[in-house]
Amino acid sequence: MTAASLGGKGAGTATADDGGGARGIAREARARSPAVRRFRHAPPVIAAAGMLALWQLIVSGFGVPGYIAPSPVQVLRVFFEQGEVLWINFWPTLLEAMAGFALGNSIAVVLAVWFVHNRLAERAFYPIAVFINTIPIIAIAPILMLMLGNGYAPKIVIAALICFFPTLVNMVRGLKAVSPQMLELMRVLSASDREILWKIRLQSSLPFLFAALKIASTTCVIGAIVGEWIGSNYGLGSLIIEATYNFRAPLLYATVILGAGLAVAFFVTTTLLERRILKWKPGAVF
Amino acid sequence: MTAAAAAAAEAEASVAAAISVRELSVRFDGDAGSITALDRVGFEVPEGGFVTMLGPSGCGKSTLLRAIADLVPVGGGAISVFGRTPEQARRARDFAFVFQDATLLPWRSAIDNVRLPLEVGRKSGVVEQHAEPEALLALVGLDGRENALPHELSGGMRQRVSIARALVHRPRVLLMDEPFGALDEITRDKLNEELLRIWRETGTTIMFVTHSVPEAAFLGQKCLVLSAQPGRVREYVSIGFAEPRALAMRDTLEFVQVTAHLRSLLEEAR
Ligand SMILES: Nc1ncnc2c1ncn2[C@@H]1O[C@H](COP(=O)(O)OP(=O)(O)OP(=O)(O)O)[C@@H](O)[C@H]1O
Ligand SMILES: [Mg+2]
Repeated sequence: MTAASLGGKGAGTATADDGGGARGIAREARARSPAVRRFRHAPPVIAAAGMLALWQLIVSGFGVPGYIAPSPVQVLRVFFEQGEVLWINFWPTLLEAMAGFALGNSIAVVLAVWFVHNRLAERAFYPIAVFINTIPIIAIAPILMLMLGNGYAPKIVIAALICFFPTLVNMVRGLKAVSPQMLELMRVLSASDREILWKIRLQSSLPFLFAALKIASTTCVIGAIVGEWIGSNYGLGSLIIEATYNFRAPLLYATVILGAGLAVAFFVTTTLLERRILKWKPGAVF
Repeated sequence: MTAAAAAAAEAEASVAAAISVRELSVRFDGDAGSITALDRVGFEVPEGGFVTMLGPSGCGKSTLLRAIADLVPVGGGAISVFGRTPEQARRARDFAFVFQDATLLPWRSAIDNVRLPLEVGRKSGVVEQHAEPEALLALVGLDGRENALPHELSGGMRQRVSIARALVHRPRVLLMDEPFGALDEITRDKLNEELLRIWRETGTTIMFVTHSVPEAAFLGQKCLVLSAQPGRVREYVSIGFAEPRALAMRDTLEFVQVTAHLRSLLEEAR
């Protein structure tokens, strides 16, 4: 009941805040002032803190047992008391996600370059890529397990697969997003396909590539965790399964938070990299 | 026209032709049938000449420039550039193209954009004397802005960069497709004068498409007026103003007579 009335109030505030054009512009101007900039992270931080406090209140107020829904304090305690279990299982997942990210995106980029230079290859293999993408990753996982055993390899491949498709699609689009005039200019100069690729196509595909990499930076963690669910005795994925079966809810929540934190860290790194590299693209970043 | 103009025309004919176009036809085959963009077009551009091109929209001006630069296949007739086919001339890097929008690489600074032609296409084995990119940027009035990125420059400045880029490999033929179409009149006047100066200094053969009659008259030694549907040569007008030309010339009676003539040709061409 409390939550429902609070939700209603929240929605009401949001509508009132969605000011018209003039107010929007005024707000934007204010957002640029240094004082406002310094506190621009305050609203989400306060909102998150409020929700955590509410969660704590509900759990302890209604006496919810810890194995059904632990309180934030219980979860926090896991990080200190069972930190070692968390870390031991964190590193394999990190490694698998990173390796999968590198593998999946590299293959996607190379394939995209091939597709752009070879219509026949694109016509032949693009549909296959689409088909592979339509198979649920959770269904591919056991197949890969049979093929590759239960070491790192199948998890890396799953993480790679999940990154692969968005990057392929975006990269093909990005490599083709060169203006016809630019291509005519290069033809007038008798530039080779290789020169056009290195001097023009690759750079102009970067905004598209980064859009895909940002997606991949979070999905590769999902891929690694899903891989660890199926058959593994290490990694955050296997810890999630184990904690669930043993009703160790605080550990389960802590593991989930750690996994999410890993994905956020990847995402932030990718975004920072994008900002550095795409300086020439005014207003495109953020 | 006048006897003086006729004599000038004869004198020009004795100069070797840089570009000679004979009976040129270009057709485009689309889903909705085929379009004849150019129909038996013929003319010559003398070496070091400056020819402007006028014509109603869609009459095939861009197509003609692109056929000369080997960007569009020739349907019938022949084009010769310094006695070679367009493809040979393109491979010998005789051409440079300037479009209506500057078409710069947004991640490259002004100077690096100017350098682009020097970094590509050298496989063709052409050893060419190239101009100094820095000097070219100075020539178009952009010294001090070498390291600016395209989005930090105004539209007129970007177009100057693209002109500097077009000149860097010292092309023998400069093809310009409405290069100043998107600029305000003051900037346009300034760039017109600069272009004439550059043309005198480099001796490049220039073909220049425009929709502005005064611009066509001010820049061109000759003006090719095309008629539409299909594109044909309406008249190849000689414009014999005293060189070097200055902007003030546009207020003279002589100039007004030329523009009036061109305008009447355009009216009929429609
Ligand atoms: N790639 C193409 N495919 C099919 N038709 C084309 C193509 N390029 C040009 N055309 C057609 O050829 C004709 C001439 O086009 P072109 O672009 O040369 O005209 P233009 O004189 O440059 O016009 P504008 O002054 O508007 O630039 C038009 O009817 C156009 O539709
Ligand atoms: Mg045109």
